Amino acid sequence: MTDVTLSPGKAVAAVKRPTGASIGPRWSNALFVAPYLVFYVVLLVYPLFKGIWMSMLQSDMFDNTSKYAGMANYHRLFNDKIFIGTVWNTVWFVVMTVPVFVAIGLLLALALNSSDRTAAVLRAIFFGTSVLSVTIVTIIWKMMYMPGNGAIASIFKLLGLEPVAFVTSSSLALVAIAICTIWWIIGLPMMLFLAALQQIPGELYEAAALDNASRWRSFWSITLPSIRRTMLVVVIYEIVAQFQLFGQAQLLTQGGPNNASRPIVLFIYEQGFRSWNLGYAAAASEILFLIMAVAALAQFFVSRKRVEE
Amino acid sequence: MAASEHIVGRGIGNKLILFTVVLVAVIWMLPIAWTLLLSFKPNSELMISTASAFHPPYTLKNYADIFQTSGVFRWLWNSAVVSVGVTVGILVLSSLAGYGFARAEFKGRDIIFVLVLLGLAVPEQAVIIARHQMFSDLKMHNTYPAIILPGLSSAFGVFLMTQYFKAIPKDIDEAAMLDNASRFKIFWKVLLPLTIPAQATLGIFSFLGAWNDYLWPLISATKPEMFTITVGMASTQTNFAQSEGLGFLMAQAIFAGLPVFVVYLFFQKYIVRAVAGAAIS
Repeated sequence: MTDVTLSPGKAVAAVKRPTGASIGPRWSNALFVAPYLVFYVVLLVYPLFKGIWMSMLQSDMFDNTSKYAGMANYHRLFNDKIFIGTVWNTVWFVVMTVPVFVAIGLLLALALNSSDRTAAVLRAIFFGTSVLSVTIVTIIWKMMYMPGNGAIASIFKLLGLEPVAFVTSSSLALVAIAICTIWWIIGLPMMLFLAALQQIPGELYEAAALDNASRWRSFWSITLPSIRRTMLVVVIYEIVAQFQLFGQAQLLTQGGPNNASRPIVLFIYEQGFRSWNLGYAAAASEILFLIMAVAALAQFFVSRKRVEE
Repeated sequence: MAASEHIVGRGIGNKLILFTVVLVAVIWMLPIAWTLLLSFKPNSELMISTASAFHPPYTLKNYADIFQTSGVFRWLWNSAVVSVGVTVGILVLSSLAGYGFARAEFKGRDIIFVLVLLGLAVPEQAVIIARHQMFSDLKMHNTYPAIILPGLSSAFGVFLMTQYFKAIPKDIDEAAMLDNASRFKIFWKVLLPLTIPAQATLGIFSFLGAWNDYLWPLISATKPEMFTITVGMASTQTNFAQSEGLGFLMAQAIFAGLPVFVVYLFFQKYIVRAVAGAAIS
């Protein structure tokens, strides 16, 4: 079956030899994956290594040359208060948003895990905001946060409260970005949890109902254990995603006030494409990559474990 | 599943839960409602106070102005070209590679597949500076290929399609093999039609992703006539204070958001399936 012939298909009809596809390895089979591999190597693998190399170069802005500088960029980064600040801001942002994504995502999934029409409409509303682009989302939220004139300030005034200056306060700017981010993409964790909930065999709940178990009890002893892996996937996915915070911060607060809401990616963007310190920006991006790779590897092991079970 | 619905929907809490979720949904829609309302107000009134939004006069002038003065149409066109380009490219490359990795054996295939999967762990930010340099060296920035091509290197589609091809029973292509069909013919005529649901899912995913992509187009397209709608809307909001009015900006936001919203309403089923499918695979 394996080693047949390489002659092209047309010549065969008359001779009646098996010339079609054969089982077993053949070099020509690689042609199926070759087109993608070209893109993969040229636009992902190569720039990945080039980026690592660039992070070890010091560029000279005046004559547009660069020379090898070893770990100099990394050394400079670790002594750069602004960069260290962006790392903390990003970590703080992740810490603020990920638990909320999990909690609200799961609550919405539990409440909307039903096949009736109302639930479908509500699901569509909560997921619908995720399809908007970040630039439209920030326009919408600028109008919410606008000091004095914005919707939130107006509501505060209506309630007789002093309006809170969200985006211009150094302690609240990141919180403001977090709220807008949760509003924007809560739909994804909700959908992931919904998918997990629907995988739980109904018999489990029927058995619990026979035992007269309370809603709380079946939640803790059936639902939660069954969706443990999804929970972990959501947590890790959101950690990776929220580490990449960029557009919301760039457009809502410009990283301010006083760098209070500047995330790592905004730092990379500004160093790389505003100040053209390419080597420095590349080094910062490698550090971000390292942080995220740890999370992604964790995700890989979690999902592999799940497949094995 | 019926029973799990039961757990959430039964008994006393039933109405209370529904009421709470509806309330939250109303709060969720508030920002969009507010934007919509402002978009119908004359700019001059909004300059004084946005509180005027709650009473007339309302106007369609802001929307009419879009047709005359803004670059929105050019940006929508650019977005359409870029998104279609990325989507078609991803579908073609991922289908071929997915079939290859799932069915067509060659030496070293499994190692290559693992290496491709590792690519899923590489964030865009880790390669973006070098990519920018590459396209600069080729003097390709501010062109459609520069905005489209990097999106085709994503391993997600390959992963998804490989899983999908693997799930198709092997007897189907083995029967075709006995008929002396060539590999490509089996792929094209027999298996590819079976993957249409996955194509739809991946296609919509890719389209929305490309349409909403911000970082790379922001870096690559620096000329306003090459902006995608996403980058264009960023440029309008950073300088709206000095030039155009608030109401006009809101009208632009609503207008720019409409196409994806329509896509969402039409393809909701597939989008939901895409998300759920990605979760289970």
